[in-house]
This record gives sequence, C-alpha cells and structure tokens, in this order.
Amino acid sequence: MRLQQLIPFLLVPWLLTAAHANPYEMTLKNGMRVIVKEDRRAPTAVQMVWYRVGSVDEVDGTSGVAHVLEHMMFKGTPSVGPGEFNKRVAAAGGRDNAFTSRDYTAYCQQVPKEKLEEMMQLEADRMRHLNVDAKEFEQEIKVVMEERRMRTDDNPQSKLFEQMTAVAFQAHPYRRPIIGWMNDLETMTAADAKAWYDTWYVPNNAYAVITGDVDHHAVFALAEKYYGPLEGRALPVRKAQTEPTQEGVRKVSVKAPAELPVLIMGYKAPVLRDVEKDSEPYALDMLSAILDGHDAARFNKKLVRENKVALSVGIDYDGTARGPGMLYLHGSPSEGKTVADLEAALRAEIAHVQKDGVSEQELKRAKAQLLASQVYKLDSMFGQAMEIGQNESAGIPYQKISRMLEKLQQVTAAEIQAVAQKYFNDDALTIGVLDPQPLDGKARRPAVATRH
Amino acid sequence: MKKLLTAVFTLLLAQAALAGVKIEHWVSPSGARVYFVESRVLPILDVQVDFAAGSMFDPAGKSSLAALTLSVLDLGAGKLDETAIAEQMADIGANLGGGADTDRASVYLRTLSSKDKREPALEILRTVLHQPLFDAAILEREKARTIAGLKEAMTRPDSIAGKAFWAAMYPNHPYGQQASPETVATLTRDDLARFHARYYTAANASITLVGDISRDEAAAIAESIVAGLPKGEAAKLPLPPPQPKGSLVKLAHPASQAHVYIGLPAIERGNPDFFPLLVGNYTLGGGGFVSRLMKEVRDKRGYAYSVFSHFAPLKQTGPFQIGLQTKRSQANDAIKVAREVLDGFVKDGPTEEELTAAKANLTGSFPLRLDSNKKLLDNAAVIGFYGLPLDYLDQYQGRIQAVTVNDIKQAFSRHVRPADLITVTVAAD
Repeated sequence: MRLQQLIPFLLVPWLLTAAHANPYEMTLKNGMRVIVKEDRRAPTAVQMVWYRVGSVDEVDGTSGVAHVLEHMMFKGTPSVGPGEFNKRVAAAGGRDNAFTSRDYTAYCQQVPKEKLEEMMQLEADRMRHLNVDAKEFEQEIKVVMEERRMRTDDNPQSKLFEQMTAVAFQAHPYRRPIIGWMNDLETMTAADAKAWYDTWYVPNNAYAVITGDVDHHAVFALAEKYYGPLEGRALPVRKAQTEPTQEGVRKVSVKAPAELPVLIMGYKAPVLRDVEKDSEPYALDMLSAILDGHDAARFNKKLVRENKVALSVGIDYDGTARGPGMLYLHGSPSEGKTVADLEAALRAEIAHVQKDGVSEQELKRAKAQLLASQVYKLDSMFGQAMEIGQNESAGIPYQKISRMLEKLQQVTAAEIQAVAQKYFNDDALTIGVLDPQPLDGKARRPAVATRH
Repeated sequence: MKKLLTAVFTLLLAQAALAGVKIEHWVSPSGARVYFVESRVLPILDVQVDFAAGSMFDPAGKSSLAALTLSVLDLGAGKLDETAIAEQMADIGANLGGGADTDRASVYLRTLSSKDKREPALEILRTVLHQPLFDAAILEREKARTIAGLKEAMTRPDSIAGKAFWAAMYPNHPYGQQASPETVATLTRDDLARFHARYYTAANASITLVGDISRDEAAAIAESIVAGLPKGEAAKLPLPPPQPKGSLVKLAHPASQAHVYIGLPAIERGNPDFFPLLVGNYTLGGGGFVSRLMKEVRDKRGYAYSVFSHFAPLKQTGPFQIGLQTKRSQANDAIKVAREVLDGFVKDGPTEEELTAAKANLTGSFPLRLDSNKKLLDNAAVIGFYGLPLDYLDQYQGRIQAVTVNDIKQAFSRHVRPADLITVTVAAD
C-alpha cells in the first residue's frame, strides 16, 4: 500500500505464458489450489501461500487484526515452537517474509530447491495448527505498535495517505488502514487474533504459488502430502460492500513535522473485473504510462523540467483489487511554488489530455516499454510468483495475465482520451495536503538562494 | 553446472557444484577492467560502469559534487537533450539508471539484447558517459531539487540520525562529510566538468556485463565504452580514517519514536577478518529473526519492530552499525539491552550451536545470491570494483565454513571495541 509504487503491476506481467502449459495448476480435495511455474535458471525455489483475507475483511474496533495475525503466524504450533519457524527456514538457507494488504495475506520463503518440501510442511502445519498464545501476543502487539509508529505516525506522507483514504472511502472497509488504528491495537486481545485465524485460515481460502527449479508433478505430490490432509471449512458469507457514489470534492489536510508540502489528488477509478469485457482499466494504465512512465513523460517533462512547478510528481493507479479503485496524482511543489500552483499545473495537464488526447508516438512508446518490462520481469522468480498471487487475490485467474497484456497493447488513443474525460471528475475527487510544520515550532531559517 | 574458467586463471573446481558462476575478466585495450558473465537464458543485457567517483572524492566544502555529477550525466549529452535521451531509451524499452555511494559512481543500463535494441541503447550510454553537457540551467534546476530534498531529509529522524552517525564516526575523513544546502548551492558547472574529467576515466573504471552476448561481443562493447573516455589515472585515496573515541550524540526531535544508531568504523573491503565478522554478525544481529538482538530487543521485550547489526566494508574502513527504533520513552532501556547483547557477544562470541546455524544459513542461502542476472551483475560489479579475487564467489562457502568461534572473538575484539562505540539518538527522552 505504499504510495510510491509508481509502476502499477498491470504494466509488468510476463510475456511467454500462452506459448505452453507452464504454469501448472491443481486443486486439492479440500479446495486449496496449487499453481506451479517452472523456471530452471537457478537451483532455487519460491513458495508463497496466499490467503484471501486482508484488512478489507476486518470490522470496526479490530482494525489491524489481519496484520497482527500475520505476526502471530511465526509464534508457533504444537510441533514447531515459538520462533522455530524462522529458525528452520534460516537453517535451510532460506529467507522468509510475509505481507498483509487490503485484499490478501501472503507468506513467502525463498530457498535452495531441495528445501522446498520442508517449507511446504511448515506452511501446512501453521495453516491449521497455530497456537495463539496470550503471552506471545502481549509482546507482539507492542512490536506492531512500534511498526505503526515507524511506518505511519512518524512518516508524514503515510499519515496523509491514511487520513486521505479515510475521507475518500466512507462506507467501504478500504477506509481503514491496514496497520490498524492505534487505539484498536491498544485494545486488541489474543482472542481477537485467534478468532481471525479460526475463521479465515483454512485451505479452501488459500492458494499456493510455487516458482523455480521444480518439477510440477513432484510439487503436486508434496502438496497432496502436506496440504491435502487439512480440512476445509465453510467461510463466512462476504457481503458485497459498495462505496456510495461520491458527489463532490473532498479535502483533507494533515499537519506534521516536515519541510516539503505534499499534494495528493485521488480520483475514484474502475478496477478490472472482467478481463475480456472491461476496457477502461487498460486505458487508465496506458494513460498512467504516458503521463509518468519515463523521465521525459508528460508530468516530469512539463512540471519538473519545464515549468519547474514541482520537485517531483507522479501518478499511481492499480487496476486490480477486490474493492473499489483509485487513481492518484501526487507531488511536491518547488520552492517558491505552492500546493495550489501544483494542483493547477496537474489540472492543466489533465485538461490537455481531455481536450487533445495523446499522440500515437506516446502510445507506441508506452507499449514498447511494456513489452520490454515483461521480459525483464522474467529475471526475478520472486516477482513472477508475486504477479500470479496478486492477480489471483483480485479474482483474476493467472491464465488471463497474458490476455491482459494483449488488451493493454490494443488500447487506442481515443480510449485514453475517453477515460481521461470520464474519470478526472471533481465530484469523485479527494484532495489531500500535507501542511509541513517546523520541528521546533519556531520559524524556519531563510531558504538558501539558488539561481533560476 | 558451467565450468569455472576465467581468462586470467583456472579456478579450483572442487566447489563447482555449489557455485558455477563463470566471471570472465580482462583489461580492455584502452585500460579499463572488464568483468563478464555470459547468461543466455533471457534476451537481456545488463551493463554497469563503475567509477571510483563516489562522495569520498567530493572536494572539501563541495559535498554532493559526486552525486550531482552522476545525476546530471543523462540530462543532456552530445547532440541529445534530456528529453531525447529519455524518449529514445523508452522507445526501445531500455532503462538507464545509476547511483553514487561513498565509494562508487555507477551507471547502469538494462536493455533487450537483440541488436536493434541494444545498439542504440549502448550508443546513448556511450554518449552520456563521454559527452555530458552539464547544461548550466539544468544544473541549477537539479541543485534546487537536491537542496529541497536535503532540507526534507533534515526533518526526518532517521536521516538526521544517519547523518549525525557518519559525521561522528568520520570527523576527519570524507566519509563523514555531509551534504548541506549550503555546499550544494556553491557547486558550479565547472566543478562538475572538472570532476567528470578527473574521475570518469578508463584507468578509474570497471565495467561489468551480464547477459545474452558472446565474450567477443562483450569485449567490443566494453572497448567502445572505454575508448571514448580519457585514459586518466586511478583515483587517489585520502588517508585512512582515524579511529574516533567513543561518544554519545543526542539530538532532539518531536517524533514518537527514538531512532538509535550504535557503531564505529570497523573494516575495509578485502580484509580477511570480513568472514569471521560476517559469520559472527549473523548471530549478533544480521540473521533477521534468529539473531540475538532480534530476540532480546523485539521478541522478548517488544521494544522495536526493526533491530539489526551489520558490517559495511568500504574502500576504506567502513562501519559496523546497530540500528533500532523504539517508543521515545523507552529508548534508554532499549539501548541498554542492545549494548548488553553486543558486549556479551564481543566477550564470548557465539555458541557452537549458533555458529553451526549461522554457517548453515550463510552457505545454504548462497544460491539465492545468484539466481538472477541482476544479482549476478551486482556481485560481479562489487568483485570488479573492489578488486576482490575472481574466485571470491567460489571460495565464499569454504571461507564461511572455516570460521571458528575463536576467529569470531578475535575479529570482533580487533574491530568492535566497546569503549570506542559511538551512539547517536534522535528523539529519545
């Protein structure tokens, strides 16, 4: 959920899947899916286990519990003691990590290929046998509060983004921060975490993505052996939650110790639901690339280099998500310029697209970059597993990734102009401004003069 | 596994099953050191050109000159303006980037390896390296952006702590010089042009190529890059940094968390003590969740989300560093725990069990260090730039296995003297 994810991952999937069967897929009897992408370049493997549960599934009063449970997943089962999980991965020469997003919670190990089986055994064990110990919880919740202080409370941009999101969404659970409100963390109990685990950590709510120097038959057999015996259980009904239509611009400002003002303009935008029928998310992706895909793309060229109204400027749009989408324009004004100047300059660029569209050359350039990035993506096994997992988490089957790329290559200049006209709409706009405050409450030193 | 041959000498094949990366090395006719790993699986070519032109070569009073020189290189060169460079690279899907640290200035190109893509990309790379324009108006714009970035950094507790930590560790050495808005404001076009002429030279360069080309093609590409550079001479290093006395630097800040750094100048690249320190540090604070610092500071007490220790060997004595962030009211307690862990470790070293675990991870994870072209490039570039032995990767696991508890204790006692530790806190109560 970092705002600085400047390249939406729709722009960088791989190219070569359609040509052959790889990746391979199976579904266990308990409902868990296993997706294997063979990549034999190096003797390593990546396992990721994804749960279709994230902060979007939380309720008021226990915000942050999805992420807290992610921390607790390392605190032991009857057969693997507290901290033992990390120790076993380390002993295998592996690296492990976990991440919680709005839409999913995922656990990952990168290991020498011969250690994959042990990793599958460990993940299977904690899928159904976690011990949510009250004493361990008491320590770990403090760690999570320190994490919140570090990532959000002392980070002005994060704080702005958190506040802004809470204003942009009023009904939809995306309004809550993934890390959770501090007060919810303070009152959270081990029982909250346990209830979360018992509800959502079942094989029918999970899928594994495994990439690397592996044979898919062998991986499927291991999946049967370790994940196969786990019992599935019916999940609670997840009711559709629709954000009411926004009917007017919303504004929020945050004061925090900082030097530079920050402006974020967030527009409600569509996300991809149907790979074949939808067209607008693809057009928004290509528009993002044309505005911000390289150093001489429109935003940087005009606002940073020519007008010098901005120190930095960018666009952020992620067209895949379980919930509603947003497209963000963001930047910081140059010295001597204001947030209002920057907003006006951004609006002028948007108006330019709305009125005159984009050139064929710009579109061709963005498509060339997209094609190359698909090849570059193949250099990372971790990246390939992430791409499959993230798309699946948003309900997009991995088989469709290559089709999404074809659709991106088919986007026309007319479609881009049309989405610019439709979605850069003030009634669906939320504006967030970071109002920087001096650290000591005193007036700032005079600015150092530079010639212009 | 590929055979381990190099142009210079034949490596021991005993560990071929563990490693298998063949780094070829030669000196180009024009005098630069070249390192090449052929990798044909993906149609990608990565080229990195490293110069001994990092911030340690900033003249006194001109901090940021190295960083600014590098960042302005591709903002106009030869007949191309900044827009043409970016657009032409984008047209072929190539990425041109780079960065400067204390030691190195690196220019990095990733391109598709087919001739119609790589040749124009390489042509731009050469133009950028050989004929940067250092346009005065663009320089002023970039100076203003740099100054704004520095001012913003000076409000961030982590940046404030990092700057204060390096300044305290290296009071009389370029590693301790901190860029400031004032020093950036004084930089001129002539400063950049002079710096470029002095340091962006064949004798001061190492070139690393990884990817889908032959050895002959690599040689031709490397030579075409070097031939356009002045011959020059290798950069002269300043005197090694003196060892400062231990001290405590305490800075005020309104943040909710204190940021803490503890450390001292410890070790340079190529020092044989690096392996005992690396293996020992895994147990102390390098091994993520299984390290002693993580167990004591995070797991047992919930003091911090992140706590680590590491050695950063540089051209000259680089730092040993412990870092953590904790609620400001408990900063002193957290520092006390971290110091107890460190002091105990320096005195007694790891247990045999911890040593075994450290070796298992550091040797077992070796394949993960090399499983992409990008990682191969990073490793080969470090070996090339720092003049590490070409068989460094092949020997890596053996060097780790050979480390004993006693080696670790001795190396720590030489390089991490508790009395000399510098502690910096920002926002601690």
